[in-house]
Amino acid sequence: MSTANSQSAPISHTILSLPDQSTARMPKRSYLNNEDGLLSWLLTGDHKRIAILYLISITFFFFIGGAFAGLIRLELLTPQPDLVSADTYNKFFTMHGIIMVFLFLVPSVPATLGNFLIPIMLGAKDLAFPKINLLSWYLYLIGGTLTLAALVLGGVDTGWTFTTPLSTHYLNTHVLTAATAIFIAGFSSIFTGLNFIVTIHRMRCPGMTWFRMPLFVWSHYAASLLMVLGTPVLAIALVLVALERIAGIGVFDPAKGGDPLLFQHLFWFYSHPAVYIMILPGMGVISEVISTFSRKRVFGYTAVAFSSVAIALFGFFVWEHHMFIMGVSNYSALVFSLLTMLVAVPSAIKIFNWTFTLQKGSITFETPMLYAFGFMGLFTIGGLTGVFLGSLGMDIHLTETYFIVAHFHFVMVGGMLMAFLAGVHFWWPKMTGRMYPESLSKLAAVTTFIGFNLTFLPQFILGYLGMPRRYHAYPPEFQVLNVLSTAGATVLGIGYMLPLLYLGWSLKYGAIAGNNPWQATGLEWQIQSPPITPNFIETPIMDHEAYDYEWLANQTKHEVTTVG
Amino acid sequence: MDRFISPVLWQFLTKWLHASALFPAEASGISPYVDALYFFLLLMTIIGTTLVAVLLLTFCLRYRREKNPVATQVEGSTLLEATWTIIPLAIFLLVFVWGALLYFRIYDPPTNAMNIYIVGKQWMWKAEHPGGQHEINALHVPTGRPVQLTMISQDVFHSFSIPDFRVKREVIPGRYSTVWFEATEPGTYHLFCTQYCGTLHSMMIGEVTVLTPDDYKKWLDQSNSGMSLAQNGERLFASMGCNACHSGNAAARGPNLAGVYGSKLILTDGSERLVDDAYLRDAILNPSQHVTAGYAPIMPTYQGQISEDGLIDLVEYIKGLQNNYRVQQTLMTSQSDQAAPTTPTAATNETGKP
Repeated sequence: MSTANSQSAPISHTILSLPDQSTARMPKRSYLNNEDGLLSWLLTGDHKRIAILYLISITFFFFIGGAFAGLIRLELLTPQPDLVSADTYNKFFTMHGIIMVFLFLVPSVPATLGNFLIPIMLGAKDLAFPKINLLSWYLYLIGGTLTLAALVLGGVDTGWTFTTPLSTHYLNTHVLTAATAIFIAGFSSIFTGLNFIVTIHRMRCPGMTWFRMPLFVWSHYAASLLMVLGTPVLAIALVLVALERIAGIGVFDPAKGGDPLLFQHLFWFYSHPAVYIMILPGMGVISEVISTFSRKRVFGYTAVAFSSVAIALFGFFVWEHHMFIMGVSNYSALVFSLLTMLVAVPSAIKIFNWTFTLQKGSITFETPMLYAFGFMGLFTIGGLTGVFLGSLGMDIHLTETYFIVAHFHFVMVGGMLMAFLAGVHFWWPKMTGRMYPESLSKLAAVTTFIGFNLTFLPQFILGYLGMPRRYHAYPPEFQVLNVLSTAGATVLGIGYMLPLLYLGWSLKYGAIAGNNPWQATGLEWQIQSPPITPNFIETPIMDHEAYDYEWLANQTKHEVTTVG
Repeated sequence: MDRFISPVLWQFLTKWLHASALFPAEASGISPYVDALYFFLLLMTIIGTTLVAVLLLTFCLRYRREKNPVATQVEGSTLLEATWTIIPLAIFLLVFVWGALLYFRIYDPPTNAMNIYIVGKQWMWKAEHPGGQHEINALHVPTGRPVQLTMISQDVFHSFSIPDFRVKREVIPGRYSTVWFEATEPGTYHLFCTQYCGTLHSMMIGEVTVLTPDDYKKWLDQSNSGMSLAQNGERLFASMGCNACHSGNAAARGPNLAGVYGSKLILTDGSERLVDDAYLRDAILNPSQHVTAGYAPIMPTYQGQISEDGLIDLVEYIKGLQNNYRVQQTLMTSQSDQAAPTTPTAATNETGKP
């Protein structure tokens, strides 16, 4: 939409507008080089630096978790238990689950992109509590280190769900170490949520009303509510597991008068909302990306904003749908099934609103947009297969099988990971000042999409055939579908390795991005890339709606705030 | 054909076409109903995904930058948004009602169902037929008769799943759960534990054999262990000295058990309880919480002293007590037959808990 230079030339198929590379220079001062030395990073209060610290650490844990996924798929290549022993296999899927859920998915978008962008999007200098922000990264790191310790000391085989009384009485692995790790990492998540809530309430710049905030901020606000209200319940459940394991207190053990279902209630009271903690920030990314690459305000801004809040609200009242077959009262199952159906509606609204954002837009197909399309397709399938599981009678046959594995991977990997990669590519020039290589990254996006479908579509069929999850060995008639799935996982693995390589390469050799390579409207794009430590030279004043492309076109000097 | 593609791939494809189903067998009365809902949901997913994909593709082609260099800003549309709120909501509500009806159908057993007990433990399934037939990792059932499973776990959560019957239920320590089905096709079917239960979770599998009623009768006769569950229960009842108080006499210290199953009891705290399997089990293990009105809370707990199998035997025995005659007989037996019957050892001693 940049008006001046596109009138004479034929219309380009990209909106990417980079400064002239022969004269362009990286800014002299930015948050990256404001201070030097390792300590200046480890003791920083700058939300942008903390975001980078998080980005490095969650990438590390993502690849460890991914390696375990690879090992699981390798074992399942054949029906016989031939690669590793049963105990080792159980440790593989436990570590995969714990690392991916608590150390990757929960902090993925909020702690990296959210941390980096929320203050800038609101026109603030930092989050409300910079030191608590740093503390939250250290807690994450302690949690992560303890998880690795549990792994190195011999692993843990409870499954990421820590089901009692298995976890409290029957396993001799490092359950307590892993539980402590998650307990601590949970506080990291609580602090991040707290920081976001206070920042969003108190630190919006003049003119930044609630309904002028980018939808990215709205979705983080909803996710933060869940983090702050839900995570303590997980902490309580884990403390009770520890007490029962150490002191033999009969909370969950029926032989001591405990109730084994109580743990399920407590655990899922957190872990279902946790699904929305994981997906909501990703939805925020998608709103920004779709708007930017179709040059249009998000269709039905208010509906999308409120649907985030509605998801957060309903998300707290559906946990029992994980327990439909566990002998809960038939009538309570009715209530929870109904609420589960209701929570599906706001997600459907979002999908259609994003789709209609494209209508009458001016669409280009850069990498972030490709990932966003991937998200929409896979999240639609993930969401709709969730309706299978929310339906009481259907759930009986499908739960605890590969169907549920496929379903939540469609939402978490197909949805959230796609959104995370869309976001990382989209804001990469802002965070680093440099562009990633476009054609290679498009290849990665397409590879990921193909690999993902090949991995997880067969698992739906396996699930309906009845193959149980967490099986080390399986009946031979399931082999063909498992081979397909493993083949897909290989392609998927390549798709995830590629960005690691070319993003690393781009740090040094990428084209200099300039302030606003995508011609996007957000406040973050009106400042220097990479930003200066206080973000803005002077406090911005928000005098227009979010996604106002006319305002952007009328801005004669986009780069007023640049420091050279 | 196999000359043009690699032999390995060819073998793989043939194997897939011949051996790999995309769909499980329908071997129980409920299967077609579950599958009907499944196909509806599948259709919903395919239509929904196709709709989104077609819209995305159409918009991408029509409004790509080359064709539409300037975007037209649209704020939203209440009508459109209402449409895609109400239509999905209506479909989801339909699925809710449909699923709920199915759920009640799968989990509410008919009254004429024959009962089989299932005990799950790390890592095996034990099936106990009322006639005393015991099976490990196997279950024999007849066609054409509703079969109810009353299940309990001796240690951790397990889950009893027969995919070809489309039934599954969690098997929980410390409480009975039930599931029922009516097998329609003779044959053998997979039985899986689907709740992760420790090291050999994936070996906690078995085979369900569905027999015609005649074959089933033959099988029952062949597998007879000589003692029915109720008879085992009777021996246990005597050897534990239960009949000392539950003697059925008017002056007995414990309530009369004849005909108690299925009746409603008033407890000392004034509450009314239906006597079912779960109630009987709880009353044996935790008597102080289940004192019948008019009796003193003197019964000791049997927690840890009777295994789940023993409890099942006792429950089955008490279930069958129609009149006092049987208790009196037990009284006689226990006095005359001093060679105490073998009591199944207590659960806690077997599992070697920490």
